[in-house]
Amino acid sequence: MSKSPFRFIGKHRRAVEHKRFVLGQGHFAADIQIQGMLHIALVASPYASAKIKSIDVSQALAMPGVHTVLTGEELRQNTEAMLPGVDAPQVTRYPMAFDVTRYAGEWVAAVVADTRALAEDAAELVMVDYEQLPAVVDPQEALLPNATLVHPAHGSNVIFHRHFVWGPVDQDFAQCDHQLSYRVSWARNATVPIETFAVACQWNDSTGILDVWASIQMPKFPDQMAKALRLTGNAVRVHFDVDVGGSYGVKRGLKHSVLVGYLAKKLGRPVRLVEDRLENMRGGDMQGPDRIFDVTLGFQNNGEIKSMRMKAVDDIGAYSGRSPLQLGKPVGAIVGPYKINSVSYDAMAVMTHKTPQEAVRGFGQAPTNYAIETGIDKVARFLKLDRIALRRLNMIGKDDFPYLIPSGTSYDSGDYDTVMTKALNAASYEELLKERDALRAAGQLAGIGISTCLEPSGGNASFEPLFNPKNETTTWMDSCLVRVDLSGSVTALMGTSTSGQAHETMVSTVVGEVLHREPDSIRVLHADSLNALPSNSPVGSRMAIMLGGAAAGATKKIKNKLLQIAAHNLGVALEQLDYEGGHVQVKNEPEKKLSWDALVEIAHRKFHKLPQGMEPGLQEKFVWEVPSGGMLPTADGRVQMYPCHSFESHVVLVSIDPGTCKVTVRKYVCGHDCGVMISPDVVHGMTYGGIAHGLGAALMEKFAFSPEGQLLAGTFMDYLLPSSAEVPAITIVDHCTPSPLTEFGQKGSGEAGYLGSPAAIASAVNDALSTQGAKIDHLPMTPQAIWTALNDAKSPA
Amino acid sequence: MTASNTLLKSIQIQVNGTHQHRLVEPRTSLVDFIRDELGLTGTHVGCEHGVCGACTVLLNDEPVRSCCMFAVQADEMRVTTVEGLAPERGVMTKIQDAFCEKHALQCGYCTPGMLIACHALVADNPHPTEEQVRDAISSNICRCTGYQQIVDAVMYATQAEGK
Repeated sequence: MSKSPFRFIGKHRRAVEHKRFVLGQGHFAADIQIQGMLHIALVASPYASAKIKSIDVSQALAMPGVHTVLTGEELRQNTEAMLPGVDAPQVTRYPMAFDVTRYAGEWVAAVVADTRALAEDAAELVMVDYEQLPAVVDPQEALLPNATLVHPAHGSNVIFHRHFVWGPVDQDFAQCDHQLSYRVSWARNATVPIETFAVACQWNDSTGILDVWASIQMPKFPDQMAKALRLTGNAVRVHFDVDVGGSYGVKRGLKHSVLVGYLAKKLGRPVRLVEDRLENMRGGDMQGPDRIFDVTLGFQNNGEIKSMRMKAVDDIGAYSGRSPLQLGKPVGAIVGPYKINSVSYDAMAVMTHKTPQEAVRGFGQAPTNYAIETGIDKVARFLKLDRIALRRLNMIGKDDFPYLIPSGTSYDSGDYDTVMTKALNAASYEELLKERDALRAAGQLAGIGISTCLEPSGGNASFEPLFNPKNETTTWMDSCLVRVDLSGSVTALMGTSTSGQAHETMVSTVVGEVLHREPDSIRVLHADSLNALPSNSPVGSRMAIMLGGAAAGATKKIKNKLLQIAAHNLGVALEQLDYEGGHVQVKNEPEKKLSWDALVEIAHRKFHKLPQGMEPGLQEKFVWEVPSGGMLPTADGRVQMYPCHSFESHVVLVSIDPGTCKVTVRKYVCGHDCGVMISPDVVHGMTYGGIAHGLGAALMEKFAFSPEGQLLAGTFMDYLLPSSAEVPAITIVDHCTPSPLTEFGQKGSGEAGYLGSPAAIASAVNDALSTQGAKIDHLPMTPQAIWTALNDAKSPA
Repeated sequence: MTASNTLLKSIQIQVNGTHQHRLVEPRTSLVDFIRDELGLTGTHVGCEHGVCGACTVLLNDEPVRSCCMFAVQADEMRVTTVEGLAPERGVMTKIQDAFCEKHALQCGYCTPGMLIACHALVADNPHPTEEQVRDAISSNICRCTGYQQIVDAVMYATQAEGK
């Protein structure tokens, strides 16, 4: 093995965040206690669709300890609507319903009392008179010409529809030996963090500042909150030092925060809302993509896939936030790792009377990968080719980079074949086949699953202008400020909160790497939004690239300043200096040197020793634009979506008990390449966790609704989360293809595992079912779904 | 329906070695009592219906869901929360130390409950197998780690201990 070029990057290091968590000293939003704080309980709509005829709050208000009962109508009059993400101005969304409710669980009134228990008591006394209205719950029914409209003013249940054609699709299909069409569906699930959403707000009449502590992971949250509350941006101070108890995309509690902020200002008292679990599941607006794919692949006898037609219909629920854009990110990896020459992509977001959808880990990429990979398996089965050989045949080669895909994104680097081969080797693939066959011989159903997939990373916002020409966002920058104080110790500031990604560890490792200073001596703080530089938050697997790049950029300015001070004082040119461990010396003249402490002291105290024109002190910022970003889409909808492209390949062995139809995952290997890993333990941790999420999506998790629109999975008894009894031991095999676009060659990995595991597990289940002539093309593959598929295969058609 | 003093119950609980004598509403859950009355916010609330295990504490040395019992039911009992695991301030137990070493946590929200589950396991079985660890922590849901590094941490702590 070649020696690492890095001092600290890529090495095992304890995450600096961990100690506070294992000692019970985390600082979560629900831990905020402010003198005089009031508490909210919510009144939610029992109906998926209803007219609010009247709300009688008199009994609730009469209860001792109750301060106010807020209705949706009052809130609407005093706040601005939240943005729908696409150009649909009639699809208005406020934190609480007024006039009509559009999903069961939608907030109708908020009771504020001295304690949460009192607020809940009073909430039971709020009398709402509803007139039930027809509800449209099935997305396909919502598309019918006479469908009930969720937002009649919008005129349609379709909130977004665009048909992209990239390359000679018709021509390619005409030249293909075969085409194969299939439908797969991805069930509504979410990452469901164990911490529900919590937010506390405090308004100060004198300063005119609203302080906000929220379990938030959201780009431009302070700006959006200020806008909705009709406040100036500098009147909202979001405290990003709140520890966020898991998010993986979904902690976008803008409506919660607007509600609480409004009440805190109205009452002049600190106010807090902590969702209970049912509020979170039903009314927290954090359910994920809910998609039906109709796909046709065109391919040759030898297995070469030439073209793909994909139609995706996504049920976003009753209101829109970021959700339609989750059809947009997959545009940046629409062909996966394959050399598919042309693509037709018909993307449609439809509204129903269900809980609204929000961003979930991967931002729509996991469902699309599942749809593509299922098709690859189907082509292999159709042509009677080996699934692995078929993938190899179609994969982009390691010498083909940068590789421009039909939809306009250039993949930066990769070696897909090697990563897949490493995964197969680690799984002892030949032995795995024998193990599968032995299980089959012993009466079990058993199957092996394979998947490969791209992990676009570096989180840009190119899907915004792609899906809404009125939105000309072309930067999604992130920033870091680094300072060296008079004592010589280093502090870095970031401008967003963290929900488990160990950003303090990542930034201190990067700063330490550049300055040659011990990372554990470097403090990293989360500045509040009025003290912070701009950030777009840890979405889109972006922080190793963007925050890491910004931290490196700011630190290099500091280092350069130290070198300039040294050159000036040692009387030599910059090129004659060596920087080692923070100290500077003249090349080949070791006696001519200045120590770290001496250089820091000059910067802070000795203006007379500074080069002319240099600012005193040691503090630098760097704001980094997403590499490869900055461009608007072309007229035919081609755009560079994300800059960097990690890759993963999964190999899975499952068995299915033929009696109970329960799936057991017996072996799990993931080959993974995210370039240079800054913190390998963190990358591996997120990958393990992503695989567990994917296992849940593949086998267990679903926000099921009744035909009337009632959520049937509002507790963890019905919405099943994988425990250590379901998640197997997982082997991760690393590979490193550095990105040419980033400081250290790093790529992103926050969505790793989750993007490829549902496809792999589904592939394994279908391999197992194939011996019975059965198949399943929808998730989750629950025991009941498997039982049904086996019975359908048995009974004559 | 409102809390009035006549409805309050007097309870005596020993929490992390400190005797507490408090008046509580009978409907106050043990976890709300620990967090809101005692200010020990290390114990977390996840589902409030006994599935996720985030609120797990030791009650007379047994792991229990503090969301699924009332504070009055813990009268005259001993409670240990995550804040009380370490032998002294700022010092970590071997399991806590191993969680840091093996990256057995990410967001840290399930961690206190998970640590209680692991300490309860190791108290009964100082040298568990990997399978026994997986079985023991199946009581607690973690959405970040996929459990792998938690298992690694407990194995690391307990294997090193025996040598």
